[in-house]
Amino acid sequence: MSTDSNTKYVGKAPNRVDGPLKVTGTAKYAAEFDVPDLAYGYVVSSPVAKGRIRKIHADKVLGLPGVLHVFSHENVPGLAWFDRSYKDDVAPGGSPFRPLHDDEIKFNMQPVALVVADTFELARYAASILEVEYEVEKHETDIESKRDEGYEPGRGKTGYMPPQRREDADKGLEQSAHRIRHEYIHGAQHHNPMEMFGATVHYHPDGKLTIYDKTQGVYNCQQYITKIFGLSKDEARVVNLFMGGGFGSGLRPQYELFLSVLAALELKRSVRVTLTRQQMFSFGHRPHTLQTLELGTGPDGALLGLKHYALHETSRFEDYTENVVNWSGMLYKCPNVRLSYGISPLDVYTPLDMRAPGAATGSFALEVAMDEMAYEAGLDPLEFRRRNYAEEDQNKKAPFSSKKLREAYDEGARRFGWDKRPMAPRATREGNLLVGWGVAGGVWDASMQKAAAKATITADGRLTVASAAGENGTGTYTIMAQIAAETLGLPLEAVTVRLGDTTLPEAPLQGGSWTAASVGTAVKNTCEALGEKLLKLAQKMDDSPLKDAKPEDVEFVNGLIRLRKEPQQSVVLRDVLQVSGEREIEVDSSAMPNPVNMQKYSMHSHNVVFAEVKVDEELGTVHVTRVVNVVAAGRILNQKTARSQVLGSVVWGISMALMEETVMDHRYGRYMNHNYAEYHVPTNADVRGIEVYFVEEEDPHVNPLGVKGIGEVGLLGVAAAITNAVYHATGKRVRSLPIYLDKLL
Amino acid sequence: MSIVSTSSAADDQLRPPVPPGSVTLRINGQEHTLRLAPWTSLLDALREYVGLTGTKKGCDHGQCGACTVLVDGKRINSCLTLAVLQEGADITTIEGLGTPEHLHPLQQAFIDHDAFQCGYCTPGQICSAQGLINEGKAHTEDEIRELMSGNICRCGAYVGILNAVKEVAEKELKMASCTCYGSHGHSSNS
Ligand code: FES
Ligand code: FES
Repeated sequence: MSTDSNTKYVGKAPNRVDGPLKVTGTAKYAAEFDVPDLAYGYVVSSPVAKGRIRKIHADKVLGLPGVLHVFSHENVPGLAWFDRSYKDDVAPGGSPFRPLHDDEIKFNMQPVALVVADTFELARYAASILEVEYEVEKHETDIESKRDEGYEPGRGKTGYMPPQRREDADKGLEQSAHRIRHEYIHGAQHHNPMEMFGATVHYHPDGKLTIYDKTQGVYNCQQYITKIFGLSKDEARVVNLFMGGGFGSGLRPQYELFLSVLAALELKRSVRVTLTRQQMFSFGHRPHTLQTLELGTGPDGALLGLKHYALHETSRFEDYTENVVNWSGMLYKCPNVRLSYGISPLDVYTPLDMRAPGAATGSFALEVAMDEMAYEAGLDPLEFRRRNYAEEDQNKKAPFSSKKLREAYDEGARRFGWDKRPMAPRATREGNLLVGWGVAGGVWDASMQKAAAKATITADGRLTVASAAGENGTGTYTIMAQIAAETLGLPLEAVTVRLGDTTLPEAPLQGGSWTAASVGTAVKNTCEALGEKLLKLAQKMDDSPLKDAKPEDVEFVNGLIRLRKEPQQSVVLRDVLQVSGEREIEVDSSAMPNPVNMQKYSMHSHNVVFAEVKVDEELGTVHVTRVVNVVAAGRILNQKTARSQVLGSVVWGISMALMEETVMDHRYGRYMNHNYAEYHVPTNADVRGIEVYFVEEEDPHVNPLGVKGIGEVGLLGVAAAITNAVYHATGKRVRSLPIYLDKLL
Repeated sequence: MSIVSTSSAADDQLRPPVPPGSVTLRINGQEHTLRLAPWTSLLDALREYVGLTGTKKGCDHGQCGACTVLVDGKRINSCLTLAVLQEGADITTIEGLGTPEHLHPLQQAFIDHDAFQCGYCTPGQICSAQGLINEGKAHTEDEIRELMSGNICRCGAYVGILNAVKEVAEKELKMASCTCYGSHGHSSNS
């Protein structure tokens, strides 16, 4: 790839290559594939949280002409016996939920039946009148009542790190001149991507399936389905070309996949199953979490002791874990630290990773506590953070591969005008509004996973790169096209990217902010391997000026292969292909993280957020009028799509701070506001000026592209900065989210 | 322990529901005759019967705006109306505004301002923006923000949406107020 200063596409801001498909309605999402002779399934959900199904009176609705079948535990054929067959790639410890497996109800809105009919209208109607009898048992759904029953999970899902301690936190706190201790809470939150979960299963005449599913990982879905139904990979192709938002909700296979495949196999017919918005609240969510933070500093404001405990819900059947407290041991320098963590089972569905899982939760508590501590110690909150800057990762006892958080502080403070901030709360008024400014930030993993890709160039000079990665709004098609075009010196328009299909080389789940690093590196390696092949062919041409060149001696620029040292010595790429007589040339390659570097360095992205709020004290309403979010996440591949991800993160942060919460009615163990009218997320009118800046880091250690991922880090600190700004405006410290207006009255 | 039973159906509910009937809809200038149950929403008619899946379903309850289409130039939530009620009306969906090869100015502006991520709310946002311009509104940023707030974007692309709509609205409203007013093709519905 060309050097940094000299790139044509990488690091620039080209428009999304899939933009024209998305803005014209041409992009196809899972429930939109046109397949012949389609039947429709509609899911019936349990109205009780715990108990047993006594009887499903299916005979009545089966009498309606056009109703094909009512699937339930009463008639589901013998499937895989072991529940490990239902384990997907990111299943936490425990025993996964098996849809329609038996008569037991484990959570409210559990799917209990699938009604299949010739039309959607009929399936929905029949489902609405299906009579189901339940035996109701007593449920527990309130984490507040389980405060003392949290246990530390023995093992967690992939990526879970048990909490740590270093030196003596109690002693550090005892020696402190200033101390605080508070509890911080947020309720459950549901991902609610715009597109609801759905699957279209195409049943081919030979009995093979093409499964269009809403998922963040086609390979994960394929292994899940093939194990459960005893199919070969060749019999179950899983496709997802576009995903209407994921945010983590599609990391694990959801039950529309199981149900639609079951129905298609049994009825030997193509089937579509889509969930309703209400049913989007019937699976994983960010868990309701209670956290206690204790901080102490010396007279100079240097942290001496830190304790952070978090407790959150899990289901009765799986031990869901996330890294909530670990970040508190590494964001600031502190000699004495105790981090601890517990989970407690309730009669709910297993929680599920939701954008910046754990860190969004943990950084909210830590960063509000840091604000409280700064006031206690009489220091400006940003200055307090600077004094406790972590030069190395104390959790891992390793240097950061790169960290420009200090530069991000400088940039953000300058852009926001932080130096004009009066320290005292309630110091600024605008008419009847109180104005407040707050700051907060966060840290997130820069990860990489194994990924593979394939590149094919045809005689007309068109390049296709392919990998089973996904596109859920992050811009995967675009950045892969940029990397490929850059590596082989082709115009962006000459590159086609194919994604989201199990017939393509394997890619990791679309999550953890690792797609750019993992799949991007695989695409780069593959294009470089293709470049070497092309060079060999070029050397076979008569009088080739590249005869003795090694791969490192040449570069691919503007459709040419040329000598780096003598750029006038070149051959036209298209001529190489034509003369070679090959119709197309294809190579496969892959990428893996570098284990030595991973051992040696701590690899993380950071951010800092400055927020302004205006609070109407009489009404308790809060408006976020300005946000500056500065992100240090290595190199930025596409300024436009990266900025959009951070803008979206700020909207998520506003939502987390002021609006978003799934409220449980504990009498029924049922979420009350399970629709888009009562589960509040920001609309256009809620969003004012947001500014996004990147402090780019040159990081040769993190991965060959030098990228750290951008999908999650931007959310960190947003809710805390807003909460801190509300304190600065009003003098009221709110420690439970969302900040509804009654908390300010 | 208690026993509960859901929706014990009344006998008349178990009779076959009203059979499908014939409906003719004019969509993007083309007539489509469909056989569908009379309680089929316009949204489902478009997506499941005509194959125009550009119109999206985000809630099916009039809460999100993903299903916005233009009926006689006015923006409506197509999940909140029945297909049979729209016989004789002029229905415009996202597919009728432009194609990948011939983008509508709003579609181009959405791309230029990166006014979307996943793209799932986008057709609804664009139809809504066209409806807003047809209403002769969208004069100020606050007006656009407020009057585009029936369309949720969970990806949070609001900054881009505002800028894209503003860019096109400024041009269109300028044209509407010049001498060519009335010949520009947009009916004023306010
Ligand atoms: S689908 Fe019609 S408003 Fe949401
Ligand atoms: S672009 Fe994803 S919901 Fe708006």
